Amino acid sequence: MTSLSELRAPKEARGVGALSSGNAYAVFNRNLVGARGTNLWVMVSGFFEPVFYLLSLGAGLGGLIGAVELPDGRAVSYAAFIAPGLLAAAAMTGAIADAAWNVFFKMRFMRVYDAMLATSLGPLDVALGEMAWALFRGGLYGTAFLVVMQLAGLNLSWTAILAIPAALVVAFGFASVAMGITSYLRSFQQMDWIAFVMLPMYMLSGTFFPISQYPDWVQWIVMAFPLWHGTELIRGLTTGALDWSMLIHVGYFAVMIALGIVFATRRLRALFLS
Amino acid sequence: MPNGVAPVIRAAGLRKVYGSTVAVDDVSFEVAPGEAFGLLGPNGAGKSTTMRMLGAVSARSGGSLEILGRDPDRQGPEIRAQLGVVPQLDNLDTELSARENLIVYGRYFGLPHAVVAARADELLGFAQLEDKAKAAIDDLSGGMKRRLTIARALINEPRILLLDEPTTGLDPQARHILWDRLFRLKEQGTTLVLTTHYMDEAEQLCDRLIVVDHGRIMAEGTPAGLIREHSTREVLEVRFGSERNAEAAVALADLGERVEPLPDRVLVYAENGEHVLAEVLRRGWDPVTSLVRRSSLEDVFLRLTGRSLIE
Ligand SMILES: Nc1ncnc2c1ncn2[C@@H]1O[C@H](COP(=O)(O)OP(=O)(O)OP(=O)(O)O)[C@@H](O)[C@H]1O
Ligand SMILES: [Mg+2]
Repeated sequence: MTSLSELRAPKEARGVGALSSGNAYAVFNRNLVGARGTNLWVMVSGFFEPVFYLLSLGAGLGGLIGAVELPDGRAVSYAAFIAPGLLAAAAMTGAIADAAWNVFFKMRFMRVYDAMLATSLGPLDVALGEMAWALFRGGLYGTAFLVVMQLAGLNLSWTAILAIPAALVVAFGFASVAMGITSYLRSFQQMDWIAFVMLPMYMLSGTFFPISQYPDWVQWIVMAFPLWHGTELIRGLTTGALDWSMLIHVGYFAVMIALGIVFATRRLRALFLS
Repeated sequence: MPNGVAPVIRAAGLRKVYGSTVAVDDVSFEVAPGEAFGLLGPNGAGKSTTMRMLGAVSARSGGSLEILGRDPDRQGPEIRAQLGVVPQLDNLDTELSARENLIVYGRYFGLPHAVVAARADELLGFAQLEDKAKAAIDDLSGGMKRRLTIARALINEPRILLLDEPTTGLDPQARHILWDRLFRLKEQGTTLVLTTHYMDEAEQLCDRLIVVDHGRIMAEGTPAGLIREHSTREVLEVRFGSERNAEAAVALADLGERVEPLPDRVLVYAENGEHVLAEVLRRGWDPVTSLVRRSSLEDVFLRLTGRSLIE
């Protein structure tokens, strides 16, 4: 990742705008301490949302649909088909809730970053600390959901265990890009655009049915969406339909992560250390 | 400044430009260790902008600046590690309790939890907030928030404490409690740099100060020295009603070293205010009210800029 090594080197990285004191943990810790005071239900709801979807769609709709054919030709139950998609979507929504909405409030209203950047912390510490927190929550939800899948018999291969790191990669990609974009937004109306982009992506990215149902040109568009890459990656792991193309999905997220970190860090520096 | 002691802050020709606005223009001063140094000036004078440069969160547009022997353009984090910052607007973390605010903030400096936890309890005592340790920030009064912000700024045992308008918006009692805490810090040898637009605050707290207006230094000295240099010992304030003030100012112009007609009163600057008042009455000018007082920094500011500090 050249952009990451570049981050450490540039001239303006020193002095007032120095990027890091290697203490992203302190930012993560702030969220950990803050979470103790928040409503338990808010924390837990992030877990239940995909479980409810799985119950209603997997058990309910699944009874009508029967089996779905995977790209490798195997037929799996509808529940086993959508569960990994729900996991990927949950990783996305969780990451964006923290890295977009919570960051927006901290940046524009609570002035948390003004306080942080008056200490020895640098903007890269803040960006990484916030993203780590989004991942931590995403990781907890993802793991809990995978346990539910295991109990429901929806993990068809031992490789399902790798869906946990995969969900973290997906969450990291969305968290980092969401934070980068949020740092440019100033109003609630602009924040609504994030939801406006998320919804169609959620509906179209192969979460609920294979994208082979679409005409070719729609498939190409969907394949450009990050969520489709996340869904495919996690579905491959939980169903055991492994494929070299999974490396492309991972690469897609690596680029997202790098770009998001660069933009979020630069922007925090421009906003608070100028 | 005491001779022979290396200053902890050295600013020379300091400038900050935002687009076409020159917020700070050619500001030079030095602060000695242990000194309480003030920036006194009206709204928009460039006080906060200067403080942000001192705090190594804003890059200067020109001039030279050295904080604790370091250049903020090259060693920002090292400098920030040794500063305590009380910003003009409170930015306490509203998702954390009072005590958590201290601990979490201490961790931003990379200090271990055990160290900051012990200091947090000590500082809650210092800020007289022991019984508010678990309180939510939104439940604290303005004065309590300010004290907590000062306590937070002390968590890393800073060598310099930067306070941007520490008591603006507080009632007189809350201000006195805060001044008392700042005196204590001064006694312990902490270097204080503070901005204010209250002359009484500057007189109470500052060993030395600069008067700034439109980003420039108008005068520099000790509070008493500035008053001696730029004003008379006493001031007679007389009110004749808004129609007659201007006319009276002309008629009484020879009575003091200087006569200042304000819309609501006339100020006569003289060594002995009572003598002047007697003469005013002898000349048949009968004021609605009269008051003889000592000169203050407000008078210095009026003299230097032709305006009042608080508009
Ligand atoms: N980020 C900024 N961008 C553009 N202009 C700015 C910025 N910060 C300050 N200024 C301008 O610089 C000038 C000085 O502002 P500053 O906040 O330093 O004044 P101040 O002395 O602290 O005033 P106050 O007593 O109101 O706090 C003002 O004209 C202000 O509009
Ligand atoms: Mg200010």
